[in-house]
Amino acid sequence: MGMAAAAATESQQFHVLAVDDSLIDRKLIERLLRTSSYQVTTVDSGTKALEFLGLRENDDGTPNTPSISPNNHQEVEVNMVITDYCMPGMTGYDLLKKIKESSSLRNIPVVIMSSENVPSRISRCLEEGAEEFFLKPVRLSDLNRLKPHIMKRSKLKDQDQKQVIPEKIDTLLEVQKQHQPQEEAQPQVQPNLEQQQQQQSLQQNNNNNNSSNKRKSMEQSLLPETTDRTRPRYSGIATVV
Amino acid sequence: MEVGQMQRQWIDYTRSLFIEGFLDAQFLQLEQLQDDNNPDFVVEVVSLFFQDSHKLLNDLTVALDQKSVDFKMVDAHVHQLKGSSSSIGAQRVKNCCIAFRNLCEEQNIDGCLKCLHQVKQECCLVKNKLETLFRLEQQIMAAGGSIPLMELSF
Repeated sequence: MGMAAAAATESQQFHVLAVDDSLIDRKLIERLLRTSSYQVTTVDSGTKALEFLGLRENDDGTPNTPSISPNNHQEVEVNMVITDYCMPGMTGYDLLKKIKESSSLRNIPVVIMSSENVPSRISRCLEEGAEEFFLKPVRLSDLNRLKPHIMKRSKLKDQDQKQVIPEKIDTLLEVQKQHQPQEEAQPQVQPNLEQQQQQQSLQQNNNNNNSSNKRKSMEQSLLPETTDRTRPRYSGIATVV
Repeated sequence: MEVGQMQRQWIDYTRSLFIEGFLDAQFLQLEQLQDDNNPDFVVEVVSLFFQDSHKLLNDLTVALDQKSVDFKMVDAHVHQLKGSSSSIGAQRVKNCCIAFRNLCEEQNIDGCLKCLHQVKQECCLVKNKLETLFRLEQQIMAAGGSIPLMELSF
């Protein structure tokens, strides 16, 4: 896994960490993500996800905290976390909170998946900082909604140090701070750049720091049954008459 | 039987599975994820489902057999079964699970037992159907043919 991860950072392929306690759903999400050309690591719990991200249970997330085992996570860069909501022990929501509370991890976009369409659950997650909320079963077309978040990440990545050296921490945090207000103050920048590449509906999902747009995201998540099914999804293949 | 005939048989059989509600659109999603690099994806995922459901159904049988039924645990098992059946497109199993969860909420033991029986039947049925389908696919490929791609028109 180490070698593959090193290759990923070399090839600039985006690395998604998928978290789900269901083996079937892990297999599915892995295939979905690989088909969409993402590098994927799957784990079966929130605890393992945090371990993989380099955050111990009691860790406050400062990258230069000396730890017993080497901080390998710096070699394995994660560009997005996609997690199931309902998991035993640490739920997806708990994991989301821990990531957003960590100074080293909080800029990693987090997507929540759930088999249940519960509006209060959706808004809770979005308010806690989740980028998207997917209803299960997740489909290939849903992954298109990830593109704007991955591209946002790549802007950050270019300015990040690959190796976090203690004396460079302040610079890194400064860079991250610079990007945060940009995302909030200039929400239009992202959609304009990506408009040609994205479908119309995705523009709404770009501005998810804004609460009214979070509501839009929520509506989007609540309506996949109607919006997706009215569009023909299976193209270019034989018709069943 | 020649390949063309087998392919038509496969198409008819697949179509019937959708019409009769055994499978839904999610199953087609699985097929779309299968390619030359992952030629056994559907069979693998479906096999995982049957292993998973076998265990869950056993756990459910035991849980509902207790003197004092732990409905939270029963619900957790059914939730898992509902999730995995939904993920592979096993529609009738999924619908059964939805009904089952309602009965759990009502703490209706008799209802739950009836539902358990029904879920077991549905799992058995869809297992047989899919095994038949996969057998047809193997025959087609052994004869040098390819599996037709399916589309649902709503």
